[in-house]
Parts: sequence; structure tokens; C-alpha cells
Amino acid sequence: MAEAEAAHGTHAEHAEGVHRHPAPTNFIRKYIFSIDHKVIGIQYLLLAMASVFVGMFLSILMRLNLTWPGTKWPILGTLFPAGAPNGIMQPEFYLSLVTMHGTMMVFFVLTTAPQGGFGNYFLPIQIGADDMAFPTLNMMSFWVTFVGFLVLLSAFFVEGGAPLGGWTAYPTLSAIGKDAGPGQGMGMNLWIISIAIFCAGSLLGALNFITTLLNMRARGMSLMRMPLTCWSWFTTAVLALLAFPVLLAAGILLYLDRNAMTSFFIPGGLVVSDKLLVDHKGGSPILWQHLFWFFGHPEVYIAILPGMGATSHILSTFARKPVFGYRAMVFAMFGIGLLGFFVWGHHMFISGMSPYSGMAFSILTLSIGVPSAIKTFNWIGTLWGGRIRFTSPMLFAIGFVSLFVAGGITGLVLGQTTLDLSMHDTYFVLAHFHLVMGVAAIFGIFAGIYFWFPKMFGRMMNETLGKLHFWVTFVGVYLIFAPMHIMGIVGMPRRYAQFTEYDFLKPLHSLVLLVTIGVIITATIQLVFLFNFFWSIFKGRRAGDNPWEATTLEWSTPSPPPHDNFAGIPPVVHRGAYEFSVPGAARDFIMQTEPEPGEASEIVSTEGSSGNGHNGHKH
Amino acid sequence: MSAEAHAEKMLADEWSGGTLPYHVGHKKLGMWLFIVSDALTFTALLIAYSYARASSEAWATPFKFYPSIVYSSVMTLCLLASSFTMVMAVKASAAKNYKGVRRWILGTMLGGTAFLVLHIIEWKHLIDEGLTTNSLPKEWLAETPNASINFGAAFFGITGLHMFHVFTGLVYLGVVAARAPKMKHEDVEISGLYWHFVDLVWMFVFPLIYIMSVKPNH
Repeated sequence: MAEAEAAHGTHAEHAEGVHRHPAPTNFIRKYIFSIDHKVIGIQYLLLAMASVFVGMFLSILMRLNLTWPGTKWPILGTLFPAGAPNGIMQPEFYLSLVTMHGTMMVFFVLTTAPQGGFGNYFLPIQIGADDMAFPTLNMMSFWVTFVGFLVLLSAFFVEGGAPLGGWTAYPTLSAIGKDAGPGQGMGMNLWIISIAIFCAGSLLGALNFITTLLNMRARGMSLMRMPLTCWSWFTTAVLALLAFPVLLAAGILLYLDRNAMTSFFIPGGLVVSDKLLVDHKGGSPILWQHLFWFFGHPEVYIAILPGMGATSHILSTFARKPVFGYRAMVFAMFGIGLLGFFVWGHHMFISGMSPYSGMAFSILTLSIGVPSAIKTFNWIGTLWGGRIRFTSPMLFAIGFVSLFVAGGITGLVLGQTTLDLSMHDTYFVLAHFHLVMGVAAIFGIFAGIYFWFPKMFGRMMNETLGKLHFWVTFVGVYLIFAPMHIMGIVGMPRRYAQFTEYDFLKPLHSLVLLVTIGVIITATIQLVFLFNFFWSIFKGRRAGDNPWEATTLEWSTPSPPPHDNFAGIPPVVHRGAYEFSVPGAARDFIMQTEPEPGEASEIVSTEGSSGNGHNGHKH
Repeated sequence: MSAEAHAEKMLADEWSGGTLPYHVGHKKLGMWLFIVSDALTFTALLIAYSYARASSEAWATPFKFYPSIVYSSVMTLCLLASSFTMVMAVKASAAKNYKGVRRWILGTMLGGTAFLVLHIIEWKHLIDEGLTTNSLPKEWLAETPNASINFGAAFFGITGLHMFHVFTGLVYLGVVAARAPKMKHEDVEISGLYWHFVDLVWMFVFPLIYIMSVKPNH
């Protein structure tokens, strides 16, 4: 550290005062409408935390209704007088819980926390930049997303309540207004508006991430020296840039169908609630499925890729070994992202598509197994022979690998047209995607929180509580989702409010109960995490600059980092991101800022037109 | 050093950090990325239109060469001409000729406004004829029985969103013209990128919506 600083010393004066925006002095500019990427990152994390607890609360209500249908629940009656009169949940209310849980989790948790949260905070620091390329757009991106969150929440409290169509909002029922169900009136409109707002926020974020990563890397930070986290945020941003505009288009058309009498998604001759629809004809609900899943499949990679990046990063740090096959990891990530745009049809195998198309989509889908396996084997290769430190972030990263494999393997089952015919829309699908894109991604987020908490707040989280949190959550999520595979194979359909009427499902009731117990245990232990998080912000052990003995740039700056990240001294990078246990080195890690012996003299010049420190104008 | 090795080293230097690898500033790169994203929104809409059209029994082809196609060609010419004046504005900006920038941008805005006004007149004309988002004028139906009622939906939806883009472009150019002396050359260039993009979108909308719907000769 000392010699690295000496090497920078000569251009410290040169760099002084080049930060584009001064540190804010008043409360509002500092914490509310801040343009500092670190504050915005934390804002995104807190938004995701609020959303995840709303989403989890909704899932608990769903489990209660499935396990004990028709029960009077206290408070519910006052909270939702229409959906749960006298505290008894109605089937339509159950569907609105499904919809809001899915939308909340997919958009406002899995898309915001890993990318908007950690990406915002650490992408600029890890590439040695002083902020994002567009700080003001960054601020707008968060506040736009926040408005989207409020609009979505408000759907609960309008006439008819929240929409019923699930997070995929399939027409025709989503396109024809309140005849299709209580929440399909105003609630559905608000859902579309919320998603459109989210698309705008996501676009602002994506172009900011890409520009920052391409233009603002510090001297010496070549692409192949970047931490894999940066690669994952970059890939995710590219996916978001290309996927969300298509959802926006689909949303516009759906909104027009509902409010401007168009019929993009509505065929003729529909009878809904005993009424023949006469105003609409000639559209196709399948068109929505194509547009939605062209967005929707990349979206699941948007949720999982940052978790993959964080996992690679954390496994290497705590195994004290370089990432096994760094380049292969980068290409595998891009491979997954690219293939993700050509497999949307596997969500539509039973839509009546040509078997030849189904075959093509199936082969492309299964081929995603190749880059996924490359990543998995490289994670195992990274762990192999390492001196593993089983810290909380490490446990969650290993948990990520476990869940990714457990959930991914059933993707190979569902990706085959013949098997999907019987599995489609059952609990098997539910188990598959919750494990692979839901819980795995959440584990990636937890790993990230435990790992970067000391950098963000200058204090450590409690390790004992962290390990308790990990083990109970890890066992809990398998308790929830492993039985769902069996339910799915038996034929239990998704999105049904209760199963008591079906004889063939009666033997499953003990499993349904088991899952609910799993949910209650898992949800309860999250309170321990919540306590640990907020308690550690104020009372945690002080962390120091580099508590994990890690190598990347964020660990070469104080915890928390100063307003411009590197206190006016742009870092210079001399080596790759994962130089652990280098033979002959004094310590078992070498930071990216440490020069090679004899290299120190030639790095002083700061000529060139780095995007860092000014607006990147080129005249 | 062989030419190849030299090129490789230059490339490595450009990408090794501390430089702008594409030699464009943040804003310009950001605008390109926005254009990529927005282009996908229009692509999705045009694909939705194609899907609706291909999957219907029949699709109305009501546009006569005169007046419809002639009229829309005039609109197209207005927009094309405005792209030309935008090029001249950027050229003037490169020469730091702020008066020139203003003059040419005002010309561009004139072209854009003419396009908008003509387009709105045409919308009004079609609406008066009886085209709505879920019904066709009687004469159209007489000519093409079973024609899909989605003609109006696609027409108003896609041209409406394009009009909105032209309108925001006009506001954007207005700001650039007003602040011309304070604007960096790159900022003028970036506004040009947006304007050319809006123009380019029309070059897809025009053939797909208008020329594909020309009334056949009997």
C-alpha cells in the first residue's frame, strides 16, 4: 500500500480538484437526492430490502391460505376488506398475492439489488473511477424506480385491488378490463404503468453502467484485469439495455388494448363473465407471450448474472486462490447472456407452436447448460485445494453454487418439449425457477451484503449471527422448494388458491404443510439478518480498509470510501484481479495497485484522455 | 515492428484503461446506447404490427397513390430535408459558427414542425373518414371484406409514438439552438444523432405502414 501511494504521489496535485461534483453539504443533497453513486447504491439496496419484505409477507399469506384455506385471519379483514372479508382470503385475493409477490420480487428485488445496488456502489470503485459517467441520470434512475415501486404498491388500495394475472400478465385476461376479475380494472392499469416506469429507470441505469465501464477504467485496468463482478454487471447492463425496451413496447400495446380500444392481444368472439366482447377482434394473445418472453428470459439472467459475478469474486477471495479459468468465466457469462435472447420460446411450448420451432428452442435452451457448466466447474476448480476461510459471505457464495446447480438441473428437464408438456404450469416449474433465479440470486445478494458491508459502512457484521442466518436459510429454502418438485410431478398446478377439492392431491397435504413450516422458519430467521444489518451499522466491530485481505480496488481505499472514492488520487492498476497465493510473494494476496518490481518508475505519467475526472469530452 | 504487431499494441493501449477506447465522450456513447435501446422498442412495435397483419385474414390497403402516398412522401421529404439541415448545423458547429448553428437548427425544426403539422392533418383526415382504433371506414371494408380492424390500432399506435419522438426532438433541438454559444461541439453532434435516429425510424415506418398499404391497381 505504502509504495503504491508513493508511486501515485507525483500526480496527486495534478488530480486534485478534478472531481466533477463537490461533496454535498446539506442533508437533502447528501442522502435523498444524491448524485453520489455510493449513496444511490445504498438507496437501491434499501428499496430492494423494503420490497423483499413486502414480497415475503405476501408469500406467507399465500402459504397460509394454501395450508388452511377458509380460515379467519386477524387484521387481514381490516387491511383488505374487499379481498379478505372478515379475514377470510378469497381466491381472487390469492391471485393478487401471486401477482404482486412475483412482480415485487422479480422487478424490485432481483433486478434492483444486485445491479442497481451493488453494481452502482462497486462498479465505479472496482474500475478505479470517481463516480458513474452520468451522476444525475443515476439519481433519476433510482427515483424513477422508486416511483414505479409506489405505483405498484398503490394497486393494492384502488378499487378492485391488485391485478390477478401473475407477473407475466398474460392476455386476454390482462387486456380486457375489470370483466376479467376484480383486480383487472384499475389495478392492472397501475401494474402496466409501474412496469413502464421501471423500464425507463432501467434504461437510464443500463446506459450509465455500460458507458462507465467502457470509458472510465483507471490506467492499467484493461478489460481482462477487471474483477468478474464488473464483467457480470456489464453483461447484465447490456441485457437490460436490449430486453427492457421490448417489454416497454409490449406494455404500451397492452395499455392501448385496455384503454384505447385496440385489439393487439384480443381475439374475436371472446365470452368473459357471460358477456360477449364485441369491440375487440383480430388480435393474438400469443403475440404478448412472444414479446413478454423475449424480455422475460433475458430478465432471469439479469437477476442471476450479478450473483454469479459476486460468487466468483468471493469464492476466489476466501479460497485464497485465483479464479479458475478467468477468461472462460467471462466468455461463459457472455455466452449465457447471448443465448438468453434465443430461447424465449421454451416458455411457450404448450402455446400451440410448431413442433419444429419447439425443437429449435429446446436445443438452444439445453445448450445454455454448456456455459453454465463451465461456470460451475470453474467455481469448484477455484475451491479445489484452496485454504478456505468459511466466513459468512463465503458460505452464502457456496450456497449460491449449490442452489444454482439444484435449480439449474431441472432446467434441463423443463427445456425438453416432451417433458415440459406434463410439467408445464405445475409446482415443478415453481421449484425450478425459485431455486435458480430466485433463491440463488438472493444468496448472491446476501453474499454481497456480508462481503461488502465493511466497505459500505466501515464496520463488520456479526459473524456468529451471519452463520446462523446462513445455515437456517440454507436448510429452510431446500425444505420449501425440494417438496415442490414432488408436488409438480404429481400434477399440482400453479396459481390455484386451494387444493382441498381435488382427490388426487389430498395425499400431498402433509407436504404442503411441510413447505409452509419451511417458509415460516426461513422468514423468521431473516429477522436475525435484519437485526444484524442495522445493529452492525452502528455497533459492529471497526473494519479497517481491507478486512478480508482481498485484492481489488475497493479494498485499497478507506471504509467507507471518500466522496470521490480515491481521495483525489486516481489509482493505477498493475495486475489482474485475483492474485492470491502467488508463489514467492510476501503475503498470500497482491493488490491490483501493487506494481511489479521494477515497473514503478514508468507509470507516473497521467497523459491521455481518461474519461475519469471530467465529462469525457473529446474535441 | 510489423504493421500487425503495431496495430495490436495500439489496440491494447486503447483498451488498457485511462483512455476513451472508442474516442467518444460519455454523452455521445450514452446517446448511442439510448438509440440502440429505443430502436428495439420500435422494432418490437413493428414486429407486433407485422404479426397482426400476417395473422389476419385480410388487411386493408386503402392508400391511393394520389393523394395519400404523394402526401406522405411530402412529409418524408420534410423529414429528410431536416436531416440535411441538421448535418449543416453540426458542420457549422465544428467551425464554431454559432449563428450558423442556430440558423440550420431552426431550419431543422421547421422541417420537423412541417412534418408534424402535415401528419396531424392526415390523422384528422383519416379519423374523419371513419378510421378508429377498432373500426375501419365503410368504404375500406367494402373494398377489402374481412379486413382486420387492427389497421387503425397499428397506424395510430406506431405513427403516434414516432410523432412523440419528433416532438421531443423539436424541444431538444430548441434547447440546443437557444444555448448554442455555450454548447460544446459534441453536444450539438449528439442532438444530431437523436434527430437522425428519429428520421431513420420513419424510413422504416413509411414503407411498412404506408407503401405496404397502397391500393392495388385494378
